[in-house]
Amino acid sequence: MSRYALRVLSLAAALGLWQTLTSLHVDLWLRFSQFPTVTDVARAFAARLSGPDYWTDLTDSLTRILSGFLLAAVLGVATGVLVARSRLAEDLLGPVLEVIRPIPAIALVPVAILLFPSNEQGIVFITCTAAFFPVLVSTRHAVRALTPVWEEAVRTMGGGRWRILGSVVLPGALPGVFGGLSVGIGVSWICVISAEMISGQYGVGYRTWQDYTVVDYPGVFVGMVTIGVLGWLTSTAVELLGRRLTRWLPRTAYVPGARPPRPARSVKPAPAAPATTPGGSRPEEARDEHLV
Amino acid sequence: MSTSSDTVPNSSSEAVRKNTTAETVRDTTSESDVTATPVRGTRLTLSGAFLGRPGAPALDEVDLDIAPGEILTVVGPSGCGKSTLLRTLAGLLSPLAGEITQDGQPLTGPSADRALVFQEDALLPWRSLRGNVELPLAIRGVPRAERREQAQAWLERVGLGTQARQLPHRVSGGQRQRVQLARALAGRPRAVLMDEPFGALDAQTRAGMQDLLVEVLQGTGATVVFVTHDVDEALFLGDRVALLGAGGLVAVRDIPRPRDRGARDDQARVALRRDVLTSLGT
Repeated sequence: MSRYALRVLSLAAALGLWQTLTSLHVDLWLRFSQFPTVTDVARAFAARLSGPDYWTDLTDSLTRILSGFLLAAVLGVATGVLVARSRLAEDLLGPVLEVIRPIPAIALVPVAILLFPSNEQGIVFITCTAAFFPVLVSTRHAVRALTPVWEEAVRTMGGGRWRILGSVVLPGALPGVFGGLSVGIGVSWICVISAEMISGQYGVGYRTWQDYTVVDYPGVFVGMVTIGVLGWLTSTAVELLGRRLTRWLPRTAYVPGARPPRPARSVKPAPAAPATTPGGSRPEEARDEHLV
Repeated sequence: MSTSSDTVPNSSSEAVRKNTTAETVRDTTSESDVTATPVRGTRLTLSGAFLGRPGAPALDEVDLDIAPGEILTVVGPSGCGKSTLLRTLAGLLSPLAGEITQDGQPLTGPSADRALVFQEDALLPWRSLRGNVELPLAIRGVPRAERREQAQAWLERVGLGTQARQLPHRVSGGQRQRVQLARALAGRPRAVLMDEPFGALDAQTRAGMQDLLVEVLQGTGATVVFVTHDVDEALFLGDRVALLGAGGLVAVRDIPRPRDRGARDDQARVALRRDVLTSLGT
């Protein structure tokens, strides 16, 4: 609980600093005199929330990023597994992918405009390309780093390649894949916003740029705050999903927020042992290990 | 050469019951039909086989006939190719030359017929203990409810019935090896290949595991090839012991009174132990 209080405090302090600097029109080397204050932004925000455009922008941006990101997740994992598991795929796809990888996704705007009939598809394409490479690279590494005995064990049980894929490769690579997904969702936001600024109709990025061109600075900040909050929510969602799916990873005992130890539950109920307190049950566990 | 598979398990289990404490002999009343259906063991034959990885041969010209239902232990100094032999029998490695057959048929690759038990953690860490034991059953196409039941029965046989839903890293190393054993046997293989399965365990745990192994093998009829670097373990468990030396198979010896804890001081056994140790050069 105190950790949440701390987090709220950190946000509040940042807002407080902002408000102080802007309301006092501090003009040292950095100039805050033209800066909108927190209250200006809050007022603009409230006005936007009641207008119709804000929600259209929001759903447009979310639709774009979610379709782009999900597409990238599927393609990235599939390509990563393929490249890691097949020498032929590595030789065929590797060079092409390595050449495309260094190109910033936002530099693909001309390509998107040429390729796709509508702006909408172009933006999804750019978002997808941005998230694709982090997912691909981390999947490839995770698959290559799998413990070989897992695969050998399944093979000696008579499992074929699909069984190995489903029972060993995909679950085993999951921790690494989620590393890539976390990076990918962040990059996706950068690219969806930039793409909207360049070629969008509606969308948070488009609106922010519009506000800038008409010198509506509080509006620009509303856009920025919106992007920040949405980005935070989506990356938290990815993080939580990842943690949920990789709960099997052994974690050190002192990780804050980890499950409290539940001793003596799994062990046979011993009537005589003083197994009521977690401390008292430790000898119980130790003895069980000994019995093996 | 080998002892008949019909008589071995019975006499051995008698011996185990007499010679171990009540703690180590597990309750087998939970044993169901599921886990005790006899399987006929398989005959594994190597003739003139050269084993190893391409470019790194480990064993030359091995001739070895492993009879159905026998327990063959394999000892040798580390690095002599014990694991290579086992991996080749499992089908994970192909022989560099020569022939390896299972019941007269050439061995082509891994199969559910020949289960492999590894020294290190080979359990899938994201599956519960029961999930791990269910895996070979799922591969064989056993329906969900049935495989759950069978897996549970196997876990109970190795004394882990109450921990079925734990993840592997939540239990001890010895318990993980018991699960590996249950997993290997759940697929009802006709041969079980064990690669120093108790190598990482302490002496006390190891003795308990040996007794447990003898007990769960009972009635399976499976052929067992058990690699170990521990001579006493090899002499306790095996019907025969194969000695590997640098580059090849040195000898195969019959073991008097296998799986009898009381046979340690037996004259013939003591003499064999001395011979084995001499040939290992210790």
